[in-house]
Order: sequence, then structure tokens, then C-alpha cells
Amino acid sequence: MWLSIAFLIGQTMMYASPIIFTSLGGTMSENSGVVNIGLEGMMVVGAFTAATVGFYSGNPWIGFLAAGVAAGSFGLLHAVACVTFNADHVVSGIAINFLGPGLSYFVSRLVFDGATQTRSLDLANKIPRPLDPLFGSNTFFELVLNRYATAYLALIMVAVVWFLLYRTKIGLRIRSVGQHPEAADTLGIHVRRVRYFAVIGSGVLAGFGGATLSIAIVSQFRPGLISGQGFIALAAMIFGKWKPQGAVLACLLFGFSQALVVFLGLRTQAIPTQIMSMLPYLITLFVLVGFVGKAVAPKALGRAFGEDA
Amino acid sequence: MTDAKNKGAALLNNPFAFALLSIVVGVLVGAIILVVAGYNPFRAYGEILAGIFSGPRNIATAIVRSTPIVLTGLSVTFAFRTGLFNIGAEGQFLIGGLTAALLGFSVSLPPILHIPFVMIAAAMAGAAWGGLAGYLKARFGVHEVIATIMLNWIAFYLNNFIVSLPSVQRPESEASYKILDSARIDILGAWKMSDVGLAWRRENAGSFFAELLRAEINWGIVVSVLVVVLIWFILNKTTLGYELRAVGFNRDAAEYGGINVNRSMVISMAIAGAIAALSGGLQVMGRTQEITKLAVMEGNGFDGIAVALIGNTTAYGNIFAGLLFGGLVHGGGRLQARMGAPSEIIDIVIGTIIFFIAIPNLIRVIIKARERAKAKKEVTDVA
Repeated sequence: MWLSIAFLIGQTMMYASPIIFTSLGGTMSENSGVVNIGLEGMMVVGAFTAATVGFYSGNPWIGFLAAGVAAGSFGLLHAVACVTFNADHVVSGIAINFLGPGLSYFVSRLVFDGATQTRSLDLANKIPRPLDPLFGSNTFFELVLNRYATAYLALIMVAVVWFLLYRTKIGLRIRSVGQHPEAADTLGIHVRRVRYFAVIGSGVLAGFGGATLSIAIVSQFRPGLISGQGFIALAAMIFGKWKPQGAVLACLLFGFSQALVVFLGLRTQAIPTQIMSMLPYLITLFVLVGFVGKAVAPKALGRAFGEDA
Repeated sequence: MTDAKNKGAALLNNPFAFALLSIVVGVLVGAIILVVAGYNPFRAYGEILAGIFSGPRNIATAIVRSTPIVLTGLSVTFAFRTGLFNIGAEGQFLIGGLTAALLGFSVSLPPILHIPFVMIAAAMAGAAWGGLAGYLKARFGVHEVIATIMLNWIAFYLNNFIVSLPSVQRPESEASYKILDSARIDILGAWKMSDVGLAWRRENAGSFFAELLRAEINWGIVVSVLVVVLIWFILNKTTLGYELRAVGFNRDAAEYGGINVNRSMVISMAIAGAIAALSGGLQVMGRTQEITKLAVMEGNGFDGIAVALIGNTTAYGNIFAGLLFGGLVHGGGRLQARMGAPSEIIDIVIGTIIFFIAIPNLIRVIIKARERAKAKKEVTDVA
């Protein structure tokens, strides 16, 4: 019984961690008023970069940081389009969802002899599990706490982004340019600069999310690895009402329902696996219908600032 | 100075010219990346073009490839024009294919009834699937983007679940039973695989028709074009279309004008769903004749978003953009086969095209900068 609970908690953390990073990214970008539907593509870029750099450098943390840089540069691209040139945010995001994966697979084929999957990392070269030596195997605490470092990092990032948004000057500025950029402008806030910061930050975080998948949860990048997780993170962010603390709860709910699928799948054949795999999506829909009222987006979300480009 | 302004304004006001310019930029960026990667871009694009246009078989295959995304593009377009973002074309497409496959092999009717029956049923199933997202938005305020993302995955697993049922799964395969001949819309599909057909094709190998028959030719593109015309008519020439567009243009104004906004959202998502599902149905009836267990999303719905944007979210724009996209994808296969160059260059070209479509202001800025430079030059000239 206790072990089952421990298993569920541990698996929940594992499944939630990549989308926590990414949905935090979404929270930053959208609070500044820039819709970021390109999170999916940025995650793919991050996952690929982490796996490739991790493979060649032999150090997962270099891969992890490289993922942030690579995906962050796609954030920069999105910012150039949306902030400087007042592009339609959704259209630019869709473009990134083609460009990011397209470039990742393109480079992968060049680097890995025509393959769209990277070579596997040695287990020793994956993101480490820092608490591994502390527990005996299959004990309660082992099942809950023996997680990859990225899972803890994800939870720490929640606090960091929350603090950034609600307790710092830059956070206040991010939220104000998302609510009323013209008013913020009158108060001397550099609207575009703040939005650049937030959008690039969202790319970096989405890159970390992708890296979490490719070099912690599994040990390589391959097609279908991300398959929709960026969109799930986007949904979690909206579900969490554009707040980091809300987004993380949504991600945990989603992670929990995925853990439940694995848990039930190991114990019973009564429910077909395909039906069980629907569970996370069904639960999300029902929760949205039943418990969550109309979500209120940042007022200036998706709107360009200023007529002059 | 005024000249440049007029030229720029004309370009921006002419969506066709603007799309064309974006395509040129996309191709150029693709070329640069090819050069950086060490490939000859002229040869690469030559291979892609040859892959599309060399012989009736390739041309026909490019069209067959384009057929599904013309309609998923139309689905996204329809929702866009009514102020909604249909990320759900992917799932609606699956629902349509699923319905078509089930009714294609389990119901026995003469072709003249079976074909329209399956098409209409597929569209109706998609209307329900898409309409559900519209209803969730209208009734509960669930953002249509989230609802359709969730519905995509539910459709994905529903597809896999139904294919795995004993009454559906063809023994020793990962696919459903094949649909009956009476529900098929491929052209001479049964004949060309028969003894007589194969003998004829051997005798006439290399002839125009024999080559054409090597492609999976079907009536899907004809149906698709007719649906594009129908949707254009509904959007632009009917009261319903006017109301839906009014909601898309300004929700509050439409409501003030007496339009039932909630009802409009449901109708518009239902129509968008019906179009995408019809696309999935046509794919089964014209090409695959079965549905399979999927490992990953096929992307017909997501590609439809790109098609809609390149087609400037006009109904007929989807035909051109769909053909462009389908052609590039088909031609990209040859690029990979002949040069070993990654066919993903196509995604990069498509992404760049969309990116430039997103930023019409870039051209405005360039025009303005040129004006400024010119004005400056005039000033210095005078001085």
C-alpha cells in the first residue's frame, strides 16, 4: 500500500518535470503579453541539443545548459518577430514548431550518419540521481525521492519563477507590460526590452524541459520523444490560470494521471491500455469543465505594442 | 519616394504577391542552410522539382499527397475566420478515418449509396467531435486550444483501441479490415491489381496511363476542391457565414448586433470538424482502405495549420498552399534518396515561409528604411 503510493508519487514527479519547466516558460512569456505556441518546437530543439552535446561532451550538465541556449535562441527569434515586428504571435509560434524540429532532425542526420535519433548516452553520463546512495532499493523513500536532479530543479524553478514574477521589479514589469503595455510605457518601462527578456526566458525553460526528457528520463533524442508535450505544457499553463503555482499543479495532475496509467497497467489487464492512455487527457478535460471557471488571460496577451514597428 | 511607398503598399495589399514573396524567402533560406551543410542547393532544388514534376506518376503522387492537407487546411481556415483556433484538425481527421473504415467494411450498400453514406457519416462524426470543443468553450469557457489538444490525444487512443478490437482488427496485422470495394474512391484501384489490369500495365509499361496508375490516384482531390468551393460559398455568400465571420471579427459587436455568439462557436467548430473528418474519410476511401494502430501523430492536422496560413486563411488559398506543401513533401523524398540530403529541409523551408508570413511589418520596415535613406540622400544632395 505505502509502496504503491510511493511509486505513484515518484512517477508523478518524473512525468511532470519536463512539462513543469516548459509551462513555467509559457507562464513567463504569456505574462508579458506574448503568446508562445512555439513551446513544442523549442522543447524539441532543447531535447535534441541536450542529447547531442551531452553525447559529445560526456557531461550532461553541459548538454542541459546547451539546450537552454539553443531553445533560448528560438525564443529570441520569436521575440524578434512578435515584439519588434509586431507579428501575429500564433503564426510565429507555428513557424517555430516547423523550424525547430526541422532543424533538429536536419542537424541530427548530418551529425549522426543520416539518423533522426541521436546515439544513446551511457547511463553514467545521464543527468545524475543525487539521492541515489541514500536509500535501499524499493523502499518508500527510494521510490519517492530517488529522482533525477532535473525533477528537483523543476520544483526549484517553480519557486524561482514565482519569486521573479511576484517579488521582483522585473517581475512586476513583466506583468505590467502584459496587462497594459501603454501604461507601463508611460511609467518609463522599456516594454520591448521586458518582453524580449520574458520570451527568451520562456525558450530557455522549454529547452530545459526538452533536455529533461532526452537526457534524464530517457538517454537519447528520437522522433516522437516530445510528441505534444509542449502543447500539454501550454494547456497546463492556461489551466493554471497563467500563474506558476497554478501551472505546476496542472502539470502534477497530468503527471499523476500518467503515473496512474503505468500503475494500473502493471496490475490489471481489465482495462485496455489504449483506454487507460486516454486518462490524462480525459481527466484534464473533466477538471477543466468541472472545477475551473473562466480563466482570465493577461489583458494585453497577443496584442502588439505600438503602431510603429 | 512615393513610388516605393506605392509599390510596398501594393505588395502588402496583394496577398498572393505577399505569399509568393514569402515562398521565395523560404526557398532562399533553405538554400543557405543547404550550402552551409555542404550541399549544392541548385542540385537539391532540382531534385525536388524533378521529384514533383518528372512524369505523370510523380505529379499524381504529389497531388495525392496534397489531398488531405487541402481539407485540414480548409478546416483550420474556417475556424480562423470565425475567430477560433482549431488545433484539433488532427484528431478530427482521425475520427473521420475511423468512421469511414468502420462503415466501409461493416455496411454493405451499392457504391452509389455507400460512397456518399460513408463520406457524410465521417463528416458528421467529425462535426460532433469538433462541435464538442465548441460546446465546451461556449458552455464552460474551456479554451478551444486546450480542449482540442486533449481531444486529439483522445482520438488518437480511441483509434488505436478500436483497431485492436477483435471484430475490427484484421488477423495478423496491425490494421483494421479493408473497406469494401463499394466504398472505395480510388481510380481503377481494384482493376489495376487484378490479373487483367496487371497484364495491361505490363504491356503498356511506360505509357502515360500506365505511369499514372502507378500513383495512388483517387477522386479525393476532386471532392476536396468541391468542398473548398462550398465552404467559400457558405463563408462569403450566406447569412450563416456572415454571422460566423462577424463573431470572428468582433465578438462583442456581433453579440450587440443580435448574433448568438455561443451558438456560432459551436456551429463553427462543428463545421471545421466536419471538414477535417471528411479529409480523414477520403484518405481511407481513396488511399489506405484501412486504419492502422498509430505510434505517433501523423501530422495531417498540424500541417493543415501551415497550409491555412500560407493560403492566407482564404478558402481557395488552401488549394494552392496544399499543393505546394504536398509537392514539397513528395519532392523532398527524392532529395533524400538521390543526394542523401536530409528531407527535413522541407520543414525548414515551410517554417521560414510561415515565419515571413507572420511578419508583414518587416517589409514595411525595409521600405521605410529605404525611404529614409533616400530622403537623407536628397537632403545631402541639396546641401
